[in-house]
Amino acid sequence: MTFDVGLVFGSIPKMLVGLGLTLELLFLSSFIGLALALVTLLMRISGRWFLVTPAVVYIYIFRGTPILVQIFVIYYGLPQFEFIREGMLWPLLREPFWCCILALSLNAGAYVSEILRGGVLGVDKGLLEAASALGISKTHRFIYITSPIAIRLSLPAYSNDIISMTKATALASTVTLLDMTGVARTLVAQTFAPYEIFISVALIYIAMAWMIQKGFGMAEKRMSRHLKPTAG
Amino acid sequence: MSEQESIIILENVCKYFGDFKALSDVNLTVQKGERIVVCGPSGSGKSTMIRCINRLEEHDSGRIIVAGKELTREVKDIDAVRREVGMVFQSFNLFPHLKVLDNLTLALKLVRKTPKSEARQIATRYLERVHIPDQADKYPSQLSGGQQQRVAIARALCMNPEVMLFDEPTSALDPEMINEVLDVMVELAKEGMTMICVTHEMGFARSIADSVVFMDKGEIVEAERPDVFFNNPSNERTKLFLSQILTH
Repeated sequence: MTFDVGLVFGSIPKMLVGLGLTLELLFLSSFIGLALALVTLLMRISGRWFLVTPAVVYIYIFRGTPILVQIFVIYYGLPQFEFIREGMLWPLLREPFWCCILALSLNAGAYVSEILRGGVLGVDKGLLEAASALGISKTHRFIYITSPIAIRLSLPAYSNDIISMTKATALASTVTLLDMTGVARTLVAQTFAPYEIFISVALIYIAMAWMIQKGFGMAEKRMSRHLKPTAG
Repeated sequence: MSEQESIIILENVCKYFGDFKALSDVNLTVQKGERIVVCGPSGSGKSTMIRCINRLEEHDSGRIIVAGKELTREVKDIDAVRREVGMVFQSFNLFPHLKVLDNLTLALKLVRKTPKSEARQIATRYLERVHIPDQADKYPSQLSGGQQQRVAIARALCMNPEVMLFDEPTSALDPEMINEVLDVMVELAKEGMTMICVTHEMGFARSIADSVVFMDKGEIVEAERPDVFFNNPSNERTKLFLSQILTH
């Protein structure tokens, strides 16, 4: 068996057919995940046990189980329940796409809330004392002092998580979706050349990861302007 | 002096950190316009005492009355009191992500609801007062320590407080920058600002303090006019402390 370099690069355009779905999965679940993360974070740092406990349990469950298992549980497991099949969300939950979005979002929510919490804990207590001493309320302290600083501190870990998410979207192919990996699997079935086809798809994932890393790198630089002393 | 002019009253204030008694029956009355310097060995409760005055620390027993309001668990009262009490910290605590001007205007906008242009005017005026009007558009990290601390003083003054608390404002500074900060504080004192300063700058204490308070082990050991305090201290612990810090 010979390695066909031409096939590797020739397959890239075909792979891009699945790129749209991969990006949709990535953007939607990152967005919903971020919203979930914010809610979870606020619950987690509220200091009230009836908010902290559900947040901790949620994080514990979704960090502690593989995304693949979560997708399977949601996709194959939920329809077992009568009330779900008759519930309002069934039109969504019967679709493998929305099952994946749900699993990926819940996963991102759990991870990102912990990343943000790290950022919040990293904010110098002295700054918050200074703000308190000026009579700035707790809510305003969180919005104007804690948040901007915590976001900057969280950015490196967050970009890491988005890259993980990009790769996790490949799991959608296990529940019949034709994202990039799904397309690749179809192509393998047609060409019987798994080596070339999967390397081809790997190259696209690498390119995506590179772009995400660059993008966040630029954002990080921009948000750290104030830390760089200038001459004079 | 009449009760009315007492801007800060501490009555039998006690404060614990776990089992450690940080403040032990502290009594202190500060009149309007009075300048108090607090000194003492580290761990003696100086910082804790002034941090109780704007309730960055909560006292466990006794009473604290600031600008006529007793400090209790009621949150509304606390923010009202904090508006009247400016504080300057050892580590400056400027907001690193905001430019100098925005550091000064943030509380004006959020707390006093001052319109933007007016807030800028006020901020500029106070930056001039601490002699750094040209640094308004820089970030704190671009300033020297002395400049940062002067920005912090200006930030507190913007709220037009009745009292200023200084918590070792020069301890984190390089020696050559101490004077520029002390100069600003002396100017403030001369303008009649009520001040409580935790500091070991004894020259400053001598020249501007109405009263020097010496604390040890959470107690106020001695409170005297500076000339009496430095030349004729009555308490043995004060004598020992002074001999330790004035030998060199």
